[in-house]
Amino acid sequence: MPLLTVADLRTSFHTRSGVYRAVDGVSFSVDRGETLGIVGESGSGKSVTCYSLMGLIPQPPGRIEGGSAVFDGIDLLKCTPAQARGLRGKRIAMIFQDPMTSLNPYARIADQLIEPLLIHERVTRREALLRAGEALEAVGINDAGRRMQLYPHEFSGGMRQRVMIAMALITRPELLIADEPTTALDVTVQAQILELIRQRQRELGMAVIFITHDLGVVAGLCDRVQVMYAGRIVETAPTRALFASPRHPYTRALQRSIPGLQRKGAALYSIEGLPPDLSRPLPGCPFAPRCEHATAGCASTPAVLRSATADHAHACGRVHAGEI
Amino acid sequence: MPEPLLELREVKTHFPVRHGLIFQHEVGTVRAVDGVSLTVAPGEVVGLVGESGCGKSTLARTIMQLIPPTSGTVLLGGRNLTSGSAAEVRAARRELQMVFQDPYASLNPRLTVFDTLAEPMRVHGICPVEEIPSRVASLMERVGLAPRFVRKYPHEFSGGQRQRIAIARALALAPRIIVADEPVSALDVSIQAQILNLLAGLCRDMNLALVFIAHDLSVVKHISDRVAVMYLGRIVEFGAAVDIIERPAHPYTRALVSAIPVPDPERERSRQRIVLAGDPPSPLNPPPGCAFHPRCAHATDACRTAVPPLRPAGPGREAACVRLGEI
Repeated sequence: MPLLTVADLRTSFHTRSGVYRAVDGVSFSVDRGETLGIVGESGSGKSVTCYSLMGLIPQPPGRIEGGSAVFDGIDLLKCTPAQARGLRGKRIAMIFQDPMTSLNPYARIADQLIEPLLIHERVTRREALLRAGEALEAVGINDAGRRMQLYPHEFSGGMRQRVMIAMALITRPELLIADEPTTALDVTVQAQILELIRQRQRELGMAVIFITHDLGVVAGLCDRVQVMYAGRIVETAPTRALFASPRHPYTRALQRSIPGLQRKGAALYSIEGLPPDLSRPLPGCPFAPRCEHATAGCASTPAVLRSATADHAHACGRVHAGEI
Repeated sequence: MPEPLLELREVKTHFPVRHGLIFQHEVGTVRAVDGVSLTVAPGEVVGLVGESGCGKSTLARTIMQLIPPTSGTVLLGGRNLTSGSAAEVRAARRELQMVFQDPYASLNPRLTVFDTLAEPMRVHGICPVEEIPSRVASLMERVGLAPRFVRKYPHEFSGGQRQRIAIARALALAPRIIVADEPVSALDVSIQAQILNLLAGLCRDMNLALVFIAHDLSVVKHISDRVAVMYLGRIVEFGAAVDIIERPAHPYTRALVSAIPVPDPERERSRQRIVLAGDPPSPLNPPPGCAFHPRCAHATDACRTAVPPLRPAGPGREAACVRLGEI
């Protein structure tokens, strides 16, 4: 029994220039203790998927058109606000890309850290502060007693991300959603934060959904990966299988575009063209216009995510048919 | 070694930090760039890497004379830009152009592509007015934009296309060198590859020199001939791109290379990582001696007292570490 099962999630944005289907029929599940990577470029719907689960889509213009997301027996998309409040920040926590804009600049770190505890657990302020201190030590912030009295602007980017992780994990959640938590950080600091997430995950045994555009980060951190393009999942597989034998042409192209894997001096492999306009109907495979293997049928035949082996699924009809 | 096109000699760019509203007094100095010497040959691509706050963007702006250096000289084709008059600097801009990181902020939203590209030609009077439209069209083709988009505004383009417009604008005056400050950091991987190919092609075909600033070492390795690694306002290692990234000598470069995640699960999970503790120190109050010593696993007492100079570390290669041979 998976911890979270998302089925046919569809989220769109109704704007004056049309209806943008940001997430268009996404299904996946996450087991307890598992790390799932969601990879995709800007606009692929990876963040909107997770925002939909957390109830963070502004409505309007956003609208969750359909689907379900069952977390331990409760459908996150249809539950009452009270039920959702009981889960969010308690059993499901989220960390964001930019720790400066997601921390409250007017509140001391201490007050922000203990807020989830005061809301979700019956603790006194004193106990909560004690646990906040432990939480900061656990993410590698020394001298926690003094540092707690500081404001977010007095911390560096990496330290703020540590504070955010401490805050997210203070209620010992079963699922952590991390939305590009290291994209805004320098590589040496990114290495620290990834190591910290790995370590805290081992200690707490929580599941992690890690959203990123960086295949390198996924390679080291995730058990399973799903690749998104134009609001759909185009391929999903265990990490090793996905890197060793990517099936979908988009995944292959993405892997081939990484500069580090290519011979120096040669022209970099690049995917020509741009992702499709999500306000237009896409009857066939959304990647067809940029795909070097596309045939006339690709743009009109629906591309369905189907299993190729027990745990490897992709949405390319031609690969399924054994043509490429 | 050909005559350098661009030469920096002991360039320092410091910013005073002032306190007080009316009676301001200086309370310190941010040593953003603190003694950088560097040469760029015609047609050469020099990569400049380092983490945020290491001074690489300040150095780019100092080269462009957007920020005057506190001391030191910037020479372009033998002419001293730092002591030149405003008119001389303006004339030199014809040969020295810049591409910025964020193509959403660096293009004027009220100018069409045509106006954006024609403006530098008009200002510098590089051709008769009636030739401008054909020059604009050929520039657009050169950077991979269809000339029929000439009347469109920046908001009608994607990030990658905007970066192409910014590159075309930099090329409008047929410069000999371009300083590109993180030109692909804001772009997705697939678009990033398109822009890198474009820049590499331009350098090859037009014998254009490029100072390429980035924090992504794999990108820098791919495009650069030589690489300089900066830490806290100084160059700590310098040499051929492949040498630096495959066999880094300075402990900081080693840590930087080690921190890049490898997009291969087998290698990524088995390799030894160097995870640096702490953040880079503040350039307002740099540690004494080698600026890297508080985070360095190999630091000794000697590292804490004197700033290590750049020393030869192999052919065409220099590193600023006193323990080079030992570690």
